Amino acid sequence: MTARPLPEHPDFLWRNPEPRSSYDVVIVGAGGHGLATAYYLAENHGITDVAVLEKGWLAGGNMARNTTIIRSNYLWDESAAIYEHALKLWERLPEELDYDFLFSQRGVLNLAHTLQDVREGMRRANANRLNGVDAEWLEPDQVAKVCPILNVSPRTRHPVLGATFQPRAGIAKHDHVAWALARRADHLGVDLIQGCEVTGFLKDGDRVVGVDTNRGRIHAGRVGLAAAGHSSVLAERAGVRLPVQSHPLQALVSELHEPVHPTVVMSNHVHVYVSQAHKGELVMGAGVDSYNGYGQRGSFHVIERQMAAAVELFPVFARAHVLRTWGGIVDVTPDASPIIGRTPVEGLYVNCGWGTGGFKATPAAGWTFAHTIATGEPHPLNAPFALERFTTGALIDEHGAAAVAH
Amino acid sequence: MLLITCPWCGPRDETEYHYGGQAHVPHPETPADLTDEQWAAYVFYRDNPKGPFAERWMHGTGCRRWFNVLRDTATHEVLTTYRLDEPRPGGTR
Repeated sequence: MTARPLPEHPDFLWRNPEPRSSYDVVIVGAGGHGLATAYYLAENHGITDVAVLEKGWLAGGNMARNTTIIRSNYLWDESAAIYEHALKLWERLPEELDYDFLFSQRGVLNLAHTLQDVREGMRRANANRLNGVDAEWLEPDQVAKVCPILNVSPRTRHPVLGATFQPRAGIAKHDHVAWALARRADHLGVDLIQGCEVTGFLKDGDRVVGVDTNRGRIHAGRVGLAAAGHSSVLAERAGVRLPVQSHPLQALVSELHEPVHPTVVMSNHVHVYVSQAHKGELVMGAGVDSYNGYGQRGSFHVIERQMAAAVELFPVFARAHVLRTWGGIVDVTPDASPIIGRTPVEGLYVNCGWGTGGFKATPAAGWTFAHTIATGEPHPLNAPFALERFTTGALIDEHGAAAVAH
Repeated sequence: MLLITCPWCGPRDETEYHYGGQAHVPHPETPADLTDEQWAAYVFYRDNPKGPFAERWMHGTGCRRWFNVLRDTATHEVLTTYRLDEPRPGGTR
């Protein structure tokens, strides 16, 4: 008997180069944000002498663990501006990167279960429209038309009293987003270096001049941190303190089902968000575990509560099974808005604090972070998200304001 | 699910407790004298270590008292618990 020869390995989407001893820009973290930053440094600013250092494997952190929801219906002007910029970039990225990562604009419903929810939802929909974000308020019967499997009966514990709806919102295949950005950044000359952990920072006075890694010393003109849950651990090695707390955030999927769920449903009040992936699994997320944690796992009672909420909202899910649960580490700021900008160390920039909502912002985080690193000045979109706001008091308080399930 | 030992009630499930963040953060003695930077540090900045962390928990469905927990944030292991009027065990920060 002769075994059939194994097929050739498909073409790799990027090189795996050895790190050089020096780069113009070093980005720490090859998740979505780090990759998007490298891509826009090359594409928008012509800076291609760039390395993206990743301690694990490419897009293996929160980029592999999120629930892939993309939306821009945030309350405050600063947030709406940057998330809407992200959404507009999402709309053109598949063609620009020549990679169909299955961006599906199936809309998002943010449910209201209390009179307060209704008032906040209507206010947010109106604020969104003034900011050019597509949003509308739906009454329960309209909600049922958008998502027929949703239980809108007034006889439930937390009845659906209405919802905001953003039709242009949706989901995308997260892994493919990362691979699309990685492939293009690599083509443009960026070195993507996996298995390379930053263990320290080289400084010349107040200026960063490089990093120490487990694969040797790498000099750099500028360094950008995009390390999500580990941002404060990393920044501390550079002598910078960040106002973030790292929490576990869990999500789960069911087995595969026929298409039953046509949109994305989020409920801040009962704390669950649900969509159905292209393959057919139901994808659900909840709020963060309350305690600080770096373990990439959380407590089971959080999942139980999330399931209870999901089954009440979607009675048809009662006989589905949890196939897999997992946790990521999210870095949460005091105002639930991100930090994108300079640090007290010259040449060291930070993109962190996205908490539970970083995936949807991937292109805009990269766009504005690349601008900040390339020019030394924030882009108008990320200027309000500077670290200094915690001293000036100019917070962008999205806790609960933006249908954010924190 | 964490198993946390309340100094008064003994070991109970995590669901009986409420989390209170970093322990040993004293209110400034003279708040009016603080600079904006110092005030920001008190209000918004907390330690976020990967490893042992001294934090506050409250036994909400039990004695309703606050106490401190030394817990490893990387492994989630509860190292010890102690009363609010006791110093952090082991002398580590």
